[in-house]
Amino acid sequence: MDFNDTPEEAAFRAEARAFLSANAQPKAGSRPTLRQGGMDAAGVEQAKDWQAKKADAGMAGLTWPKKFGGREASPILQVIYNQEEEDFTVPRGLFEIGLGMCIPTMMAYAKPEQLDRYVQPALRGEEVWCQLFSEPAGGSDLAALRTRAEPDGDDWVINGQKIWTSGAHLSDFGIVVVRTDPNKPKHEGLTFFFLDMKSPGVEIRPIHQMSGARHFNEVFFTDVRIPDAQRLGGVGQGWKVSLTTLMNERLAVGETPRPDVDDLLALSRSVTLDGEPAIRDSAVRERIADLYARSQGLKFTRFRTMTALSRGETPGPENSIAKLVNGTKLQDIASFGLDLIGSAGLVVDDDLTEAYGMFQSALLSSPSLRIAGGSDEILRNIIAERVLGLPPDIRADKGIPFNRVPTGTR
Amino acid sequence: MNFDFSDDLKQLRDQARRFLSEQCTPAVVRRSLDGQETFAAGLWKEMAEMGWIGAAIPEQYGGAGLGYEGLCVLAEEIGRAVAPVPFSSSAYLASEAILLAGTEAQKKSWLPQLADGSVIGCFALAEGTGNPDPRNVRVRMAGGRLTGSKWPVADGGIAHIAIVAARDEAGEIAFYLVDLANVPKRTLTTLDPSRDHARLELDGVQAQKLGEAGGWASVQALLDRVAIMMAFEQVGGADASLQMARGYAMERFAFGRPIGSFQAIKHKLADMYVALELARSNAYYGAWALSAGSSDIPLAAAVARVSATEAFHLASKENIQTHGGVGFTWAVDCHLYYRRSKNLALAFGGPPFWKNRLVDLLETKNAAQGR
Repeated sequence: MDFNDTPEEAAFRAEARAFLSANAQPKAGSRPTLRQGGMDAAGVEQAKDWQAKKADAGMAGLTWPKKFGGREASPILQVIYNQEEEDFTVPRGLFEIGLGMCIPTMMAYAKPEQLDRYVQPALRGEEVWCQLFSEPAGGSDLAALRTRAEPDGDDWVINGQKIWTSGAHLSDFGIVVVRTDPNKPKHEGLTFFFLDMKSPGVEIRPIHQMSGARHFNEVFFTDVRIPDAQRLGGVGQGWKVSLTTLMNERLAVGETPRPDVDDLLALSRSVTLDGEPAIRDSAVRERIADLYARSQGLKFTRFRTMTALSRGETPGPENSIAKLVNGTKLQDIASFGLDLIGSAGLVVDDDLTEAYGMFQSALLSSPSLRIAGGSDEILRNIIAERVLGLPPDIRADKGIPFNRVPTGTR
Repeated sequence: MNFDFSDDLKQLRDQARRFLSEQCTPAVVRRSLDGQETFAAGLWKEMAEMGWIGAAIPEQYGGAGLGYEGLCVLAEEIGRAVAPVPFSSSAYLASEAILLAGTEAQKKSWLPQLADGSVIGCFALAEGTGNPDPRNVRVRMAGGRLTGSKWPVADGGIAHIAIVAARDEAGEIAFYLVDLANVPKRTLTTLDPSRDHARLELDGVQAQKLGEAGGWASVQALLDRVAIMMAFEQVGGADASLQMARGYAMERFAFGRPIGSFQAIKHKLADMYVALELARSNAYYGAWALSAGSSDIPLAAAVARVSATEAFHLASKENIQTHGGVGFTWAVDCHLYYRRSKNLALAFGGPPFWKNRLVDLLETKNAAQGR
């Protein structure tokens, strides 16, 4: 065992480091960047400039084919780039979905002339993409979506609603899965398209989250016309195409959310309990030990994933646990940290909070980590069925035409 | 990044798994559990012949020289098989104590016999209730003789020699090597009868000090190293418990379907899997730290120990729960893992001890880094 890069990895790491040092600010001190609100116009411009710089330096689309501006690199290089980028303050969050999910789906299903048109502008950050999957009636049960598409000449006419669409209001294009045949069982009646988000009839409304932020949107479709030429995959093949998109979800090797266990440790040294630093208290120590062991377990699980990638293997299912563990861990750290602060933990005024208000902020944002991109419950099902090989649940909607599947009132 | 065992060691692991699945069946474990034998002597002999016991003992002392990663790989398989053999006592504790503290002459004299299994060693630290703590060491060394009693001592009834932690006339703690041939022993009845435990009555028995140095630090250094090896045993036991629960959940039908198709069971098994994988990753880091001789061994050990104890506890109790009533019977093997889980959790310090130590070490590390 060792933790060393291969010579190729080391060379790339140095290249990435040099690029970042020359073009970005190192993270100063320990003040974390909290995702408070949505991205404003200036933030979008900064993000686009940064993406263009990355593309010019060959640091974008690392794993993509060379003809689309990539390097055809092993996914380990993407992980290494992400690790290095962690140490710098750079705009994040605008292009991950487009480049990580939308464009790879396009590469698998779009026509060559469409790829010539769309890939480069996306890679260079000139055009932003979003993914329109979830609906009010279809979250964990994605295939239960109801947005309808009906053929009309060379077009399809879309009516319905999507929800939880990150960055829809900033996007130029989107990929969307819709129902084209409600008389078929739910997985069989779906079809996949890409569309211009500025099309007439597309209405975007931001969702005001419990954390106060607005990252997600509702997207309403009223008689929106999409040319059939923008269909990805066959009519009725939308589920299969959706799985391609979901398989391209970014490798879960990203940043550890703050506050982390080191932040909790620092806090427990600075606040007192019974006249002593809280870190002296055995109950506090036990909680910190448990959280630290979990954090280290995740860190070294990531190392195992990186090892598989470095060897050119597909990472094993051990990678599926990261998201499941991280959500609850963040919620636990936030809540326990506030418990240590005491009644002042309620206060979120900037000038009065401990630890930059990280714990308060995480208390309100952490529930989303346990829901977005696969809820804790769905992740446990995935581990049970795909890793442990347990039989699938019995489904009340199996084989039934979609328009006859029972629905609730919510 | 090469955070995995080598192909050679994976091959060793597969061989060990195959061998133990054939030679260390639950029926073999039950012979010790039911008191028909104190340990699986035949199995022990074969393990010695395959070089397992001396896996981490350098070749110059008669070992296989496979290094700590080799020993860790074997430990996982021994844990998986709930093997009724004094592997941890002899291969981790006694051999490691001699390697850590012994003189060259002591190493030459004892390690080859420990490696070939002809001498079984054990480690005597506890003196009744309490976690590892220098204040709990009351056995005295005076005039070359030890006085006091040690209990519980894992494998104390079957071992030929014991490494005893005792206090000399100046009050300093050190390791002493004792020939157990004439030491009175009381066999203890324990929660896990598949492993021998005894109380050693040291009535002025002759003993030789291991090496020159001493101090509680050397005891703790030994416990750190052993915690990592033991974490692999615990990971193996947790994995076996999970696989047993999985097998039952696939075969057992209720309400007209396999119980493994119910989310209540799926989510339980998923949680066992998550705890197991976190523990495995932490144990891997421990194995790396051991084999690299890293200064991070103590913290890596505490983390590996805390995680592995938690994973085995969760998996072994939820394995019983998955089985329902039949899991509570003597005839079904669930309790073998449940008993072993508590046995390994309590050996040389339970979770409160190791969690406290973990935070102590974090504090030291942060202070050193000026945080």
